[in-house]
Amino acid sequence: MWIESTIAMRFLRQGKAQTLLILVGIAVGVAVIVFVVALIAGLQANIIERTLGTQAHIRIEAPEEVNRIAPPPPGALQLVLEDRRAQSLRPINNWQQLRDVLERLPGVTAVSPVVSGPAFGRRGDAVASVALVGMDLSRYLRVIPLDRNMIDGRLDVGSGNAVIGRQLANDLGLRTGSKLRLEAGDGRDAIVNVAGLFELGVRELDARYVYLDLKQAQSLLGLPGGVTVIDVTVDQLFAADQVAAHIAGLTGVHAESWMESNAQLMNALSSQSMSTNMISFFVAISVALGIASVLAVSVSQRTREIGILRAMGTRRGQMLRVFLVQGAVLGLVGSAIGALAGWSLVAAFNNFGPGLFYIPMPPALVPAAMALATAAGVVAASVPASRAARLDPVEAIRYG
Amino acid sequence: MAEPREVMRLENLRKSYNVGRPNEVEVLHGIDLRVDSSDFAALVGPSGSGKSTLLNQIGLLDTPTGGELYLLGEPTSRMDDHARTAARGRHLGFVFQFHHLISAFTALENVMMPMMVSHGRPDRETSDRARSLLADVGLEKFADRRPTELSGGQQQRVAIARALVTRPALLLADEPTGNLDTRTAADVFKLFRRFHETHGCAVLLVTHDPRLAETCDRTITLVDGRIVN
Repeated sequence: MWIESTIAMRFLRQGKAQTLLILVGIAVGVAVIVFVVALIAGLQANIIERTLGTQAHIRIEAPEEVNRIAPPPPGALQLVLEDRRAQSLRPINNWQQLRDVLERLPGVTAVSPVVSGPAFGRRGDAVASVALVGMDLSRYLRVIPLDRNMIDGRLDVGSGNAVIGRQLANDLGLRTGSKLRLEAGDGRDAIVNVAGLFELGVRELDARYVYLDLKQAQSLLGLPGGVTVIDVTVDQLFAADQVAAHIAGLTGVHAESWMESNAQLMNALSSQSMSTNMISFFVAISVALGIASVLAVSVSQRTREIGILRAMGTRRGQMLRVFLVQGAVLGLVGSAIGALAGWSLVAAFNNFGPGLFYIPMPPALVPAAMALATAAGVVAASVPASRAARLDPVEAIRYG
Repeated sequence: MAEPREVMRLENLRKSYNVGRPNEVEVLHGIDLRVDSSDFAALVGPSGSGKSTLLNQIGLLDTPTGGELYLLGEPTSRMDDHARTAARGRHLGFVFQFHHLISAFTALENVMMPMMVSHGRPDRETSDRARSLLADVGLEKFADRRPTELSGGQQQRVAIARALVTRPALLLADEPTGNLDTRTAADVFKLFRRFHETHGCAVLLVTHDPRLAETCDRTITLVDGRIVN
């Protein structure tokens, strides 16, 4: 390989202008790929983080109540007119055991039982419809970082205390230390002390959520000892649907992953990824075509030299490799420059950009882009290289 | 000089172009020729007589359509491209009319090139040999110059040194002085003569120049694809 690389490097150095131009071309292409891929990855991570800041990865509920229809006697035809049953607020059976099973599942990092149901919040004449959320605070915080979203007071849900959203506080004219009357129907009501205010940044939640401890919420909702939802966090975000399916299959409960609850978001994310891949693909193609055309010109310019090298004993395979090495070197060096440029763009975006979100640099991106460009260089070089290898020395020397 | 031995033998060698097509034409009509290590021969003939075609067959740059060509006693017609390339690199040296140095390499590297393509990175012995060949052609001071920094005659002398670096059995030259002025041509011709005597390799020159041909020990005349003397 020594002589092939030596000739290849000399050829590249001799055609300085061509080499520099194509290196700039490759570098621009790779910089675009690196920056766009990092930007979109960062954007998606940001969107997902914001979405999942207020949601569990998997939400487990009791199975739906369905009508049981007796099978017809043999030979009889049965016509069924079925009304769906109203889904009453009901607890998950044996939730303590279920919680313990979930905690031992591989890939599950946090499990938080929650009792949740509708109620009215009242202060004087003002009434607001609210969602009661009763939870075990230490478990709940591992699923949703409520502590990071507190804007006033303290995060305390025990012994007659509640934490409510900023919007709800505005609507009912409440502030930290105020009293709030909660009515859950059937004469079950309670007066709680507003211990603190949170702001999750989602209007719907900030206007409706009232956090209580499990016991208070259970007694208000008439479900003593029961929970209606188990929130689960997993370590592999994008494996949540598989874990959810596993849980449903294992325990018979209804388990929904964040991907199902946010199908539209998932759709948008995958469309975005697809367009990133398309951009990368077409940029890679144009980079490869650039390398191919530069080397094709080089083969034409050097036809005589190739002929003389063949005459003095250079084998076809060696001639082929001389040009493949040039393609690989162009791809490698161009992409190294391009990766550096792309990385600088990312750094510039993070430091001087609009500051909307932070783009982390995926560690595999630079080596992957360089490997891709080098491979593209070799593939692109293969056409001119095989033309060089096939040159008939007689023709090449006479007419080259 | 050692006892002359056979370097190259052609038996009824034929070459046609456009084989199997209506415009098929036979350029060489059964050539019988033997070249010995003691030969310093000129191949002459009018334009279109097939000189270059014959030289390409002898140089294993082209494949004959009939007959056999023995290089150092080995038949070559059944060799594949790989074997022919290896045989070219090992036993034959080429000097062309338009010197054809590799412009990206220095004069010294050009001289070493045939060794480098077959043996890789040059060792001490190879570079010493190349330097002494450059000295023989009077260019030891130009070893690190690029071909573009040399005159036509200097380039041709580098090409001759290059052709000899592998110590070939047969040196083939196609109009080696055709592109040079008379004086330089005479100098280059003297070099061939000297190398023939010192290295003991057979030399076959294709030339148009009757004066040049006269100074060779042997003249092979080709007319219409046949040897006439």
